[in-house]
Amino acid sequence: MITALEALLRCVVILVVFLVLPLVIGQTEHKVMAHMQGRLGPMYAGGFHGWAQLVADGVKFAQKEDIVPADADRRIFQLAPAVALLPYLLVLVAIPVGPGGFVGQDLDAGLFFVLAVMGIGVLGSLMAGWASANKFSLLGGIRTAAQLLAYELPMLLAAASVAMAAGTVSLTGIMGAFHWWWVPWQIVGGFVFFTAGLAELQRPPFDMPVADSEIIFGAYTEYTGLRFALFLLSEYAGILVLCALTSVLFLGGWHGPLAGDLGWLWTLLKTFALAFVVIWLRVTYPRLREDQLMRFAWTVLIPLALAQLALTGIVKVVIS
Amino acid sequence: MTGTLSSQGHSFLTPGGVEIVFVLVGLAVLGAALLTVTTRQLVHAALWLVVALGGLAIEYLLLTAEFIAWVQVLIYLGSVVVLVLFGLMLTKAPIGASPDADSGNRWVALGVAVVAAATLVTLVVDAFRCTWIDLTAGGGSTRADGTMLFRYWVLPFEALSVLLLAALVGAVVISRRHREER
Repeated sequence: MITALEALLRCVVILVVFLVLPLVIGQTEHKVMAHMQGRLGPMYAGGFHGWAQLVADGVKFAQKEDIVPADADRRIFQLAPAVALLPYLLVLVAIPVGPGGFVGQDLDAGLFFVLAVMGIGVLGSLMAGWASANKFSLLGGIRTAAQLLAYELPMLLAAASVAMAAGTVSLTGIMGAFHWWWVPWQIVGGFVFFTAGLAELQRPPFDMPVADSEIIFGAYTEYTGLRFALFLLSEYAGILVLCALTSVLFLGGWHGPLAGDLGWLWTLLKTFALAFVVIWLRVTYPRLREDQLMRFAWTVLIPLALAQLALTGIVKVVIS
Repeated sequence: MTGTLSSQGHSFLTPGGVEIVFVLVGLAVLGAALLTVTTRQLVHAALWLVVALGGLAIEYLLLTAEFIAWVQVLIYLGSVVVLVLFGLMLTKAPIGASPDADSGNRWVALGVAVVAAATLVTLVVDAFRCTWIDLTAGGGSTRADGTMLFRYWVLPFEALSVLLLAALVGAVVISRRHREER
């Protein structure tokens, strides 16, 4: 009975985190982008510096009509937002937040779990792109697939480097084995992982699958109302998951001063610092072209990831 | 597998909860697989394949093979199906039925499928008969799998990796030659 209650409680907490933190990141994006561009951003909704802007947006989206194009493949078109969103909710279950079992569910192959399930989210974009019966959507879908195929490999190789260093693929096990000098040791892998993750989330500067100024938001062109909002939510949930994972794998997660009591705060701080970087990159860099993107993946990220893997192996052999 | 083998003290006619779920998921996988080959819409076939392969991952989980289950999701759902969908979108995948993709060999294919399935089912049933494998939690953990793979099955593993490398090099060679011919 106690365990069932505890499991339920954990699920509720994860659901709340899943619903709140992406909105916080979204609001941060509004404000940070605005200030970087010499604007103020939302100022009225909710009173204090427009804090309730995204709540208002949500209400607006819920009121809009839910349109399915006449030629679209109805069922797949309607299913796609759920396929895009749910994997990120599942991933959150396995990410350790603090020491001493502060994790939704400690999985034996946690690293594999999160990478595998994150990969499913892309199927949502592919389904949306194909089922919309719109050439811009189809282009977006094709670009999504091409991008995923190019960036999945460096991401996995970088994650494998951390797993090698820790000698385990359990995320809590990796946290337990962490030492501060892992940060400089794995820094190249961290760069590769974070960059490839950005590409997988289709965030600028890797956002040609959704390039609004050339293919009108790609796979999401035909979506309106709540379903469109779900796609947006999945993007911000993706940022949350990517930043949390990068901080757990490469920045030591809950390790820091007073980790015993304030571990969860460290995880949160590192995650939000990375989320800030994601927003910063969006404001700073122009969009890459398709061929530049592919060249970057195959000629820069994969060699770097392989070099990191070799370095990890050498150091591991030397110190053991 | 690390479970103990015995046929004593277990009845196949009084299944527990896990076995019932296993059979139900198995039926769902079978249904999805049938729909994959019978649906008239190409992309629907790929998406039913997602359901079938995902169901297989659940079956692995029910057999405590956690590592294999996630590898199944990572490789098949995350990569192979995306590759299939990518190929379909690049070629011709209209919304609605695609009658030109129907094959005249479907009855031969059905025959081959039935024979192959019958062979495999007979083989597995004959090999295990009434053997009961007690599943213990962690029996298919990453550590157990890794120990098994790299202690007893290193040679096949290495042979497979050389084979994959050869395929990779072959793919590069083939794609390069085509470019020079143009």
